[in-house]
Amino acid sequence: MNSTASSARASARTLAVTSGKGGVGKTFVTANLAAALAGLGLKVLVLDADLGLANLDVVLNLYPKLTLHDVFTERCTLDEAILPAPGGFSVLLAGSGMVEYSRLTPEVRDKLLQILEVVKPRYDWVLLDTGAGISDVVLYSISLAADVLVVATPEPTSLTDAYATIKVLATQQERRSIGLLVNQIGRPGEGRVICTQLQNVLQRFIGGMPGPGFQLHLLGEVRTDPSVRQAVLKRQLLLENYPGSDAAQAIKALALKLAS
Amino acid sequence: MNRSTPTAFVDARSLRLDQALQLLQQAGASLPDVEPYSLLWVQAVVDALCDLSSKDALTGLYNRRSFEMTMAREIDRVARSGEPALLLTLDIDHFKSVNDNYGHYAGDQVIQAVAECLNHVVRPMDTVARVGGEEFAVILPNCAVAFGAAVAERVRAKVASERIEVAPGQHLSVTVSLGGAFAPQWVRSSSLLWMERSDRQLYRAKTEGRNRVCLEPLADSVVSAEEKGMLFALTQQDDE
Repeated sequence: MNSTASSARASARTLAVTSGKGGVGKTFVTANLAAALAGLGLKVLVLDADLGLANLDVVLNLYPKLTLHDVFTERCTLDEAILPAPGGFSVLLAGSGMVEYSRLTPEVRDKLLQILEVVKPRYDWVLLDTGAGISDVVLYSISLAADVLVVATPEPTSLTDAYATIKVLATQQERRSIGLLVNQIGRPGEGRVICTQLQNVLQRFIGGMPGPGFQLHLLGEVRTDPSVRQAVLKRQLLLENYPGSDAAQAIKALALKLAS
Repeated sequence: MNRSTPTAFVDARSLRLDQALQLLQQAGASLPDVEPYSLLWVQAVVDALCDLSSKDALTGLYNRRSFEMTMAREIDRVARSGEPALLLTLDIDHFKSVNDNYGHYAGDQVIQAVAECLNHVVRPMDTVARVGGEEFAVILPNCAVAFGAAVAERVRAKVASERIEVAPGQHLSVTVSLGGAFAPQWVRSSSLLWMERSDRQLYRAKTEGRNRVCLEPLADSVVSAEEKGMLFALTQQDDE
């Protein structure tokens, strides 16, 4: 994760945001990260790739008439379904009615791939908000992105599932570098401890893989912050409503790190 | 570039094809019975040369160059379709001692016999290649993950059961070690990395005693008790 952000780039940088376990703040992080990148003057699209159980619309409080579903069924064009979101970025929401696409058929694969090819030249960043878990739809949507950000909390179940996801991505997708964001930490430095721990276990259990060694990069840690809960309940962006909060600062730092 | 300039076509009769024709004759390639230097004839010469440069002279199997092209195509296909494809790399065990004890002619007979064995034991859609001296490789498209080990074992058993005649009345048996790895699904990987993964398993088969099959363990999402123990060791310590 070290290429530079520039509006002159020919094709967007693609980042899949995922988590092993659901409910760790993946979609919340994606939406606020998009706003933070937009705040840096970058053109950002968030693609709701959580086809089975999308809830980016809930986080953003957007209920559009046209969604990815309509693009898939050719009831509207891609441009009609891309909407401006609060926070200064664009979104392509999956919306409801996508349950039929929660299975990975060649048709779903081709459609997602086509959409990505069309939007990539138009943006600086395309963030893919993927589903939780490691179903083949999730793994496929992650495979469409050049970089991956795994969101985890210090909770043992979240760590275990994040570990499983990273292990599968490193082995199946031959990824050599994955980013980690530790959400809801209790004290500063907890993210670093968790990242080192994950890296050690990964080294031990997938260390024998060919090619250069695997690296898990800590890209940020977000402290448990009451303003996050406030923003989530109000279905508003943290960055817009509590820009000075600890959590908002942490997400801005993450954006800077990614874009630098 | 000035596109309006008329394209100059080559007059086939001005081509110097002596060496090419000599090579084809030596390799036993036959050309169609059409007028020399006609379009059909030139095309046949080019096709025959392509065929010659993609095959191994001793065994008639694909050579390393064309095998790498096939691998790249297969990786592309797997990336798109998600269908599993298995790569096997294999090596004749103790081949040097065959050469040392029976001579190079016997060594060649052994290589040819193993090549023939491989061709017989795989499906028509599979690609078999000789990628080095006594090294072979096979790509098996659309090979279900659950059957990978059985297929590789069939290859191993077939070679081991063969009696190879290296001189009149003189028979030899050889064994092979096999390594294998599946192409990653939905990922545009490289043929180099795929070969490396399979070779690593071949190396394991050699060090574990030869005449055996080692496939790369499948990536699984199961987190073992040992992994969990290590994962939480530090965080738990931290809390105490």
